[in-house]
Amino acid sequence: MHHLDITALEARYGAHTVLSGINLSVGRGDVIGLIGPSGSGKSTILRVLMGLLPPGSGSIKLDGVAVNYANAREVRRLRDRIAIVFQQYNLFQNMTVLQNVTITPIKIKKRPKAEVEEEAKALLAKVGLADKFNSYPDQLSGGQQQRVAIARALALRPEILLLDEVTAALDPELVSEVLDSIRLLAKEGMTMMIVSHEMGFIREVASRVVFMASGKIVEEGPAAQIFDAPTQARTQDFVSKILRH
Amino acid sequence: MFSQIASEWPDFATYYNMLFLAQAAGTTLALSALGVVLGSLLGLALAVTRTTRGRLLAPLRTLAFTFTEIFRRVPFLVTLMLAFFVFQMFFADTSLFVVAAVTTTLIAAAFLSEIIRGGLNSVHPNQWEAAAAMNFSLLQTIRHVVLPQAWRIILPPAFGFFVLFIKDTALASQIGVVELTYAGKVLNNKGFSPALAFGAILIIYFLISYPLARLGAALEARLASSRHHRS
Repeated sequence: MHHLDITALEARYGAHTVLSGINLSVGRGDVIGLIGPSGSGKSTILRVLMGLLPPGSGSIKLDGVAVNYANAREVRRLRDRIAIVFQQYNLFQNMTVLQNVTITPIKIKKRPKAEVEEEAKALLAKVGLADKFNSYPDQLSGGQQQRVAIARALALRPEILLLDEVTAALDPELVSEVLDSIRLLAKEGMTMMIVSHEMGFIREVASRVVFMASGKIVEEGPAAQIFDAPTQARTQDFVSKILRH
Repeated sequence: MFSQIASEWPDFATYYNMLFLAQAAGTTLALSALGVVLGSLLGLALAVTRTTRGRLLAPLRTLAFTFTEIFRRVPFLVTLMLAFFVFQMFFADTSLFVVAAVTTTLIAAAFLSEIIRGGLNSVHPNQWEAAAAMNFSLLQTIRHVVLPQAWRIILPPAFGFFVLFIKDTALASQIGVVELTYAGKVLNNKGFSPALAFGAILIIYFLISYPLARLGAALEARLASSRHHRS
């Protein structure tokens, strides 16, 4: 049984269909790289999974159990198991770095404060921010903020981590520090779905690459297949364009 | 004018008159404080109601919207008269002070709900989204994430409103509540010159209003400095 099973998923923004007929399975420890042109629906899959955009039809199963996204309690339970990191970090501006990481475990999950803080400090150290506990988000660079956001997501102890173009808003010289943190997670066996335009990185960490266009999955397979020997014309076209520069 | 005030002063500054003014000032203060405190709470509830989504709460949203729009548009005096006659009809033995306090609360709630709503809306949508993704409830999101960021937007207009609002409580004199303006009229009718009677009232209004404005300024400064770095 797969950890996560997406079947015939559809989603729309108003009259505009953004996902149609998505079938995707994710096993434990998989690192799925979602690539494709802008507007192809990569990020939308993550938003639907998180319950931030209601699915139109199709099913999403976690460990074989279908999630009813119309049921608030089921969505809450799902969000206890899946965490997301956003492109714009979305750190709480009124809280310090440490508070950003600890607030949900303490206030929402009601875990003991001392234990949570200790764990949060370890997570922040892991992403290289041991000296920034008391800084506010707007005192940090984009790369540092994004690493805080990753630590914040990990503090939720998710089974699956969704990364939504987490380096897209960063200055080029700050990208690698964020990718290093993600690389570390991949090594530890974290199940991840990564939407990214960093093709070299996807190729390196993804156990499977999914190429999307116009709200559909065009082709999926090992990185080597997608990047070196794509079978579909649209994939070939996309890959040749991104490899040219 | 000043010689006249000086000649009236010994008669004016009696224990009874001072007590009367103090009590009237207390009433004005109480009306203002009730309006500000209860109005802020009710206004917050209205504003939060209006930020909800989903069909289930649609009737509540409409109610909050209608309440806000009506009480912001109807003149204070008209609302006061209306409340006065409604209480007369159904709860005839209600004290005038309660009628005035209810009215000021309703009006303050309507105005403050718009000020607070503006503050809530000023917080970036991605803050709401991050909170939602981490299972914050609506109230948890408001309390931990949105309000702490919205204060800076809410406080200046809110304190501006409070200052205007203290003056508006003068209208309660129209239904016979003995607050400062009413006290001024009484003293004037007792034969003291308008300059003295209303001059005294003016000074007391100022003494109530000015510290409040200073408090507002101090709070704003504190909020600004708590965000240190950015200047």
